[in-house]
Amino acid sequence: MSEPGVNEFEAMTVSADDAATQGMALEARGQWASVLHRFVRNIQAMTGLITFVLLLIVSFVYTSLHASAYSTISFTVNSPPSASHLFGTNSIGIDMLAQILKGVLADVQVAVMVAIMAVVIGTLIGSVSGYYGGKIDSTLMRFVDLILVIPVLVVLVLLAHLVAQKANNWFWLAIIIGSLSWTYIARLVRAEFLSLRERDFVEASRALGASDWRIITRHLIPNAVGPIIVNATITIAGAIVLESTLSYLGLGIQPPNVSLGLLIEQGQNSATTEYWLFVYPAAFLLLLIVSVFFIGDGLRSALDPRQGRVRS
Amino acid sequence: MITYILRRLAVGVVVLLFATVLVFVLVAESGNPIGALLANPHIPRSVIRLKELQLHLNDPMWQRYWIWFSHVLRGDFGVSNNGLAVRHQLEIHLFVTLRMVILSTVLSIFLAITVGLISALRYDTIVDRGVSVVNFLFLSVPVFVVGLVLKTFVAVPIDQHFHRVVLATAGEQNPLATGNFFQRLPDYASHTILPTITLVLATYASWAIYQRSTLLDVMDSDYVRLARAKGISPRRVLLRHILRNALIPVTTVIALDFAGVLGGAVITETVYGWNGLGRFFLDGVNNLDVNVTLAYLLLTAVIVIVFNLMADIAYGVLDPRIRYGKR
Repeated sequence: MSEPGVNEFEAMTVSADDAATQGMALEARGQWASVLHRFVRNIQAMTGLITFVLLLIVSFVYTSLHASAYSTISFTVNSPPSASHLFGTNSIGIDMLAQILKGVLADVQVAVMVAIMAVVIGTLIGSVSGYYGGKIDSTLMRFVDLILVIPVLVVLVLLAHLVAQKANNWFWLAIIIGSLSWTYIARLVRAEFLSLRERDFVEASRALGASDWRIITRHLIPNAVGPIIVNATITIAGAIVLESTLSYLGLGIQPPNVSLGLLIEQGQNSATTEYWLFVYPAAFLLLLIVSVFFIGDGLRSALDPRQGRVRS
Repeated sequence: MITYILRRLAVGVVVLLFATVLVFVLVAESGNPIGALLANPHIPRSVIRLKELQLHLNDPMWQRYWIWFSHVLRGDFGVSNNGLAVRHQLEIHLFVTLRMVILSTVLSIFLAITVGLISALRYDTIVDRGVSVVNFLFLSVPVFVVGLVLKTFVAVPIDQHFHRVVLATAGEQNPLATGNFFQRLPDYASHTILPTITLVLATYASWAIYQRSTLLDVMDSDYVRLARAKGISPRRVLLRHILRNALIPVTTVIALDFAGVLGGAVITETVYGWNGLGRFFLDGVNNLDVNVTLAYLLLTAVIVIVFNLMADIAYGVLDPRIRYGKR
C-alpha cells in the first residue's frame, strides 16, 4: 500500500467489474482474487457468511464447554426464557439453548458430509459422462434418471427406518442423503464438460500427449469448479432442509441426540403456550439455511459477474 | 417429433422398470410386514399363515415381483397389508391431494410470474431487493416450518378471535359434514386454504427467482433493444417481446418441479393431518407395505417422466428454434 504504483493498481480494479460488464478484459487481479473481491463487497453474501461462521463458532464453543447440557434433565421444567436459561427449558427441564446449539452442529455435520459426497460422486460421474460421451454417457445418465425418478422421500424413509435405531445415526443419515443428492452436480459437470472438451486448449493438451486423467483433472475440472462450488453450497442448504424434514417426520436423528427438525417436532404442539420450544429452534433453522443460501448466491454472482447485471 | 417422444417414453419405461425392481427389493428386504402379528402370542397360527399366503411372503423375491408386475399390467395394484385394494385407496387419496396440489400450483405460477416481473421491472431498487430477500426466505424455509408457523400464528389467533373455526388446521374436511358438494364447499374451503397457502409459499420462490433472472436476461438482449429503438410502446415491448420470451424457460422449470410440489404436498399433509397421498405413502412405508409403496412410486415416477417430456416438448413448441429428433 505504501508504493504509489500499488494505489494506482487498486484504483483500477475498483471499476473492474463495471468494465467486465462492458465486455472489456481487464487483467488487474487474478481470477480468484477478483472473485474474492466481488464476494466481499456483496453485503448479502457477507451477512450470510458472518452469520454462518458465528453460528458455528458459538455452537461449537458452547457445546464444548457444556458437553452434556443438551441431555441434562433438571427440575426447572417448562420455564420461559430467563437469565439462567436464555431460551427457556422444555417439559423435562432440559436447557433449550444447549439443545438448539447442539442441533445446529448436528445439522451442519450432516449437511457438510452430504455436500462432500455430492461433490465427489457428482464430479466423478459427471466428468466421466461428459468427457467420454457415447455409450458410457448414456448409461450413466440413465442411472441419473433412475435416481431422479424414484421419489427421494421413498428411499429416505425406507433407509432411515433401517438406520434409525443405530446409535450414531447422523453418519448413516448423511450417507443416505448424500448418495441421493449428487445427481444435480453430475448433470451440471457433464454439461460443462460437453462444452469444455471441444475447446482448443483441450485439443492442444491432447496433441501434446496428455492423458485423459490429466486433461480431466488439470484442464476440465478447474474450469468447471465455479458452478461446482456454488452447487455444493446449495446442496448444503438442501441437505439441512431434508435432514430436518426427516427428523420432523420422526425418521431422522433420534433422541437423546438432537437436531433442529427434531426440536421443532417436539415443540410444535406447545407452540401457542410454550412458544420458546417452537420459535427458537425454527428461527435457528431458518437462520442457518438462509445464511447458507446467501453464501451460495453470493458465490454465484461472484463467480459469474455477468449474470444479473443488466442495464436497459 | 413423434419418434423422439416414443424414444423418450421407451427409455422412461425402462427406467421405471428398474426403479420398481429397486424399490421392491428395498421394501421387501427392510423387514417383515407382519412382524406385529408374529410378536402377538394371541394371534392363531392359521391367521398368520393366511396373511403369509395373501402377501406371498414365503415365495422367493423374484416370484413376488413377478406376481406384482403381472397384476399391474392388468391394472391391478394388489392389496395392502390390511387386505384392501390398493388401487381404490390410491384413487381416494390422490383426489384429496390433487385438490391442494393443483390449486397451489396454479397460484404459485401466477405469484411467481408477478413477483418475478415486479422484481425485474424495478431492478436494483429497494423494491427488488426487498422482494429478493423475501424470495430467499421462502426458498430456504422448509415446508413443515411454513405450515407450522401458519397454523399456530395465523389460524389459531383468527379462530380465537372469531370464536369459531374459520381456518381449519386438521384434516381435509369435516368428517361429520353432510349435504351435497355445494353445501360442503365452505367446509372444504376452510380446510384447504392454509395447506394451499403453505404449499404456494414453499413452491413459488424458486420459480420467482428464476423468472426474475430470465426476465433480466431477455431485457438485456439485442432484440428488445431493437424493439425499443424502433419506437414500439414500452407496454407492447413488455408483453410481446419480453414476457413471451421470458416465459419459455420458466415453463420448463415449472414442469420439472412438479414432482417436487408433490413431495412438498406430502409434508404439508402431514402438518395439517390430511388423509391424502402423503399419509397413504408414509403409512405404507412404515408398515413395510410393498404394494402401497410401489403404487406411490409408480404414480410419482410416471408424473416425473411425463412432465419431463412435456417440459421438453413445450420448449420445442414455444421456441421454434429448438428441433428434436435430429442431431
